[in-house]
Amino acid sequence: MNTTPLISLDKLNLHLNNRHIIQDVSFTIEENQITTLIGPNGSGKSTLVRLLLGLQRPDSGTISNRSDLRIGYMPQKLHIEPTLPLTVERFMKLAAGSRRSEIEEALAQVRVGHLLKNPMQQLSGGESQRVMLARSLLRKPQLLVLDEPVQGVDVTGQIELYELISRIRDKYRCAVFMVSHDLHLVMASTDKVICLNHHICCSGHPEKVSNDPSFTALFGAKGTANLALYSHKHNHQHDTHGDVIVDQPCKDHDHG
Amino acid sequence: MADFLVRALLGGLGVAAIAGPLGAFVVWRRMAYFGDTLAHSALLGIAIGILFDINLNLAVVICCVVLALLLVSMQRRRIIATDTLLGIMAHSALSLGLVAISFFPNVRVDLMSYLFGDLLAISREDLWWIYGGGLVVMLVLIKTWDWLLAFTINEDLARVEGVPVNFVHLLLMLLVATVIAIAMKIVGVLLITSLLIIPAATARRVSNTPERMAATASLLGMVSVCLGLLASYQWDTPAGPSVVVAAALLFSISHLLPNRQ
Repeated sequence: MNTTPLISLDKLNLHLNNRHIIQDVSFTIEENQITTLIGPNGSGKSTLVRLLLGLQRPDSGTISNRSDLRIGYMPQKLHIEPTLPLTVERFMKLAAGSRRSEIEEALAQVRVGHLLKNPMQQLSGGESQRVMLARSLLRKPQLLVLDEPVQGVDVTGQIELYELISRIRDKYRCAVFMVSHDLHLVMASTDKVICLNHHICCSGHPEKVSNDPSFTALFGAKGTANLALYSHKHNHQHDTHGDVIVDQPCKDHDHG
Repeated sequence: MADFLVRALLGGLGVAAIAGPLGAFVVWRRMAYFGDTLAHSALLGIAIGILFDINLNLAVVICCVVLALLLVSMQRRRIIATDTLLGIMAHSALSLGLVAISFFPNVRVDLMSYLFGDLLAISREDLWWIYGGGLVVMLVLIKTWDWLLAFTINEDLARVEGVPVNFVHLLLMLLVATVIAIAMKIVGVLLITSLLIIPAATARRVSNTPERMAATASLLGMVSVCLGLLASYQWDTPAGPSVVVAAALLFSISHLLPNRQ
């Protein structure tokens, strides 16, 4: 297996409207790894995705892709003019060189096979995200870039989507780079977290990041408490966080 | 049938056929105002053609193409809001054309025929322009159809998937400019956009794929040309506006039918 990273970003800087949006950002994306980018609103997450995809040029710094890197991209939201008659099937076919059987397989993979003949504009938020995910698979990507993949999807749907993304990674053996608001939902299905607030505050294994002081500073104690609660559930009962976690629900439930 | 009527019919049908798919893109990408701006500048092309004594069809094509390029570059630099920019360009170009034409007292320019078209005065040479230009536009469209469609659906997605987005954007502008230049003869500067968007909007009602909408728009445009010419022949109405009225009638009728997506 090739061990050079799929993409490496080195000291990226970008100013937009006199604001220093991206400051000295460096990281790499490795094969078969799920990386989650989190950060508050306006922290430059989407801009970083645009840089990564080559849709925006940095002021300084370099981005090097492995040669012939195939990227599957799923935009944050796909707005299609109501005047454009477009069925799911036609939308899928537009992805280069795909045959009917491949399209049907990709749609079945994300469990929206029944939508083949539906107009794109009539899909719900979750359905539309799944169709886009299926479409990005048609390119047999080595890297999937997902900008807020669960936007406009209810919480149950969000968990399902994240599970789906994990399964896709295992099946297609591709790396995933995704943007998310909520670390507590993605934690179980991510290998590496990058916490961005114009610069990289902290990065690494999700457990490590959630305990990092700069993460707490960025998301506040409440956000971290949520995370602790979550990781607690998935760890052994007698965790160091245990005391804090048990205390909190009791305060809220005087009657208990 | 009289020769001039045959030529009018042939010219009208040719323009309508090519206006169909381009009109669909104008509707999908909300370029109606852009089309209008180019059309208004066509009159400036006439003035320039007379001034430099070059073929008027060629002068109009060149003028539309130059303005399209200018618009794209100004849009990219985001100097002002696009609709304001288009408004300024459209009416400045039209006025500049009118002013420039007034400087040629010796040349009798039939303004009405440029503003509203003169379908019945189509010459053999015009037919060559319509069919030659139309064929080129059609071939380019077929060759780049998937790119144009991907670009229309989502620019970022298209770019990531390797579509040369800047080139495709420019290409679409140039195609629209060319069609406007050749359609001017039929319906005139002020009515060209209607020939692009009305059949396409009607076609939307009965189409479930982009290709079907484009083909239906061509067909509806051709029907409008036939109906318009028939009315013009029957009641001696102006040919260009009659074609547009026929297209508008078809549009209204389509809205009485049950919607089929």
